[in-house]
Amino acid sequence: MISQFLFSLISGIFIGGAAGYLGSLMLTKRMALVGDALGHVALPGMGLALLFGLDVSFGAFLFLLLGIFLIWLFEIKTSLPMEVLVGVVFVASLAVGFLIVPEPELLEALFGDISKVSFEMTLISAVFSILIFLVINRIYPKMILANISDDLAKSQGIKIKKQNFIYLLSIAAMVALGVKIVGSLLVGALVIIPAATSRNLSKNLKEYSLGSVVLGILSCFFGSLLFKLTGLPAGPLIILTSTLFFLISLILKR
Amino acid sequence: MGKGIVLKVENLNVELGGERILENLSFEVKEGEVLTILGPNGAGKTVLLKTLLGLLPYKGKIEWTPKIKIGYVPQRLPFIKDIPMSVGEFFKLKEASEKETKEIFNSIGLKKDILEKKIGDLSSGQFQRILVGWALTSNPQVLLFDEPMTGIDIGGQESVYQLLEKLKKERSLTILLVTHDLSIVYKLATNCLCLNKKMLCYSIPKELTSERLSQLYGGEIKFYRHSHD
Repeated sequence: MISQFLFSLISGIFIGGAAGYLGSLMLTKRMALVGDALGHVALPGMGLALLFGLDVSFGAFLFLLLGIFLIWLFEIKTSLPMEVLVGVVFVASLAVGFLIVPEPELLEALFGDISKVSFEMTLISAVFSILIFLVINRIYPKMILANISDDLAKSQGIKIKKQNFIYLLSIAAMVALGVKIVGSLLVGALVIIPAATSRNLSKNLKEYSLGSVVLGILSCFFGSLLFKLTGLPAGPLIILTSTLFFLISLILKR
Repeated sequence: MGKGIVLKVENLNVELGGERILENLSFEVKEGEVLTILGPNGAGKTVLLKTLLGLLPYKGKIEWTPKIKIGYVPQRLPFIKDIPMSVGEFFKLKEASEKETKEIFNSIGLKKDILEKKIGDLSSGQFQRILVGWALTSNPQVLLFDEPMTGIDIGGQESVYQLLEKLKKERSLTILLVTHDLSIVYKLATNCLCLNKKMLCYSIPKELTSERLSQLYGGEIKFYRHSHD
């Protein structure tokens, strides 16, 4: 039982840290709600994975790839803004998810469940979190420049489409890992709140990105501890811990 | 390309979203020249700069001296202040070494302690200097400048002119400058290109007469030269 909790805690720390880091980049691109939307896109995949006894992250990732592909395809076909297309795909996924996922599994898919994390899954979560961290670390300066100005980035010879593609894949992988911990409904918060809090507290990029990582880790750590103490669902506790940090940052804002 | 010519443009045509923005432009820029590009709003000035940078599709010929390094100062960067970033970090995005950054700060007349400052906290004059400095990192031979004076007060404008003049001397830069500001044309420019989709004139500033200007902007435009010294 203790080792089970340790697995949850370790997975949470790795996933929370990577999610915070990625979130710090998403916030500079005004993509705060993309993680949220993609969380919903993951729902049918998670449901199917639960039905067939597979890992939810695996199912989620497949459906996320499908969702991103559809958004990309629609974008070619129409001139509607990206957020509209994301909106269409995510509500459609949500609807499909509700239809195909049976009720007990649905709750788990929506809010996550860290109490069943195995040793293997802990290992996989840690490895993928580190991988995502490294990829984001590599594209970070280029993405920041592109977020400041596409033209400026292009004039520096940065291939924006390629960077964006890597970036989207990282977001998909991150969401797929995150849904395991806090579920499809709350995964957006896992990515965004630490970055928002860190933004309030930092005066440069280094502080900001590092702060996002630390806050992501602390939220998952204390949230999981609260879960252990109270027996309430872990996902909401993690997000509320994160929100509490955010509220504190409003007071300390510089 | 002829000797001393850094840029040669022939029959340049740019179409965006089905609309013809630039029509049959042809001109040359020699090393060390300051070419100002004048024209009313919507004349295609920014499009011309972006096309020269290779950011937009075009028909015709744009020929730069091979392997030339170009620095670009865009018109506005509305999103940069949303990102918590220090001035020093902004320069690191371009992989500028500390030594180079230091030299550039000398050039643009800003103190080193500004490196720690948040970009969002800079005055608009400081910010504009930072942008010039940023464009100067990695030692470009050519600077492309889009409306450098937008949103800067008169004192700030004067100091950015002086900066450009100084840089031109120090670094033997070739400068292409989009501007509305005629005083900069008379003070700094060696050549000017009047643009309103088509090229209306290409001349030295002295020949930029009131008739030419009213042809360019429409209506009566007189420019009274005044001395800044």
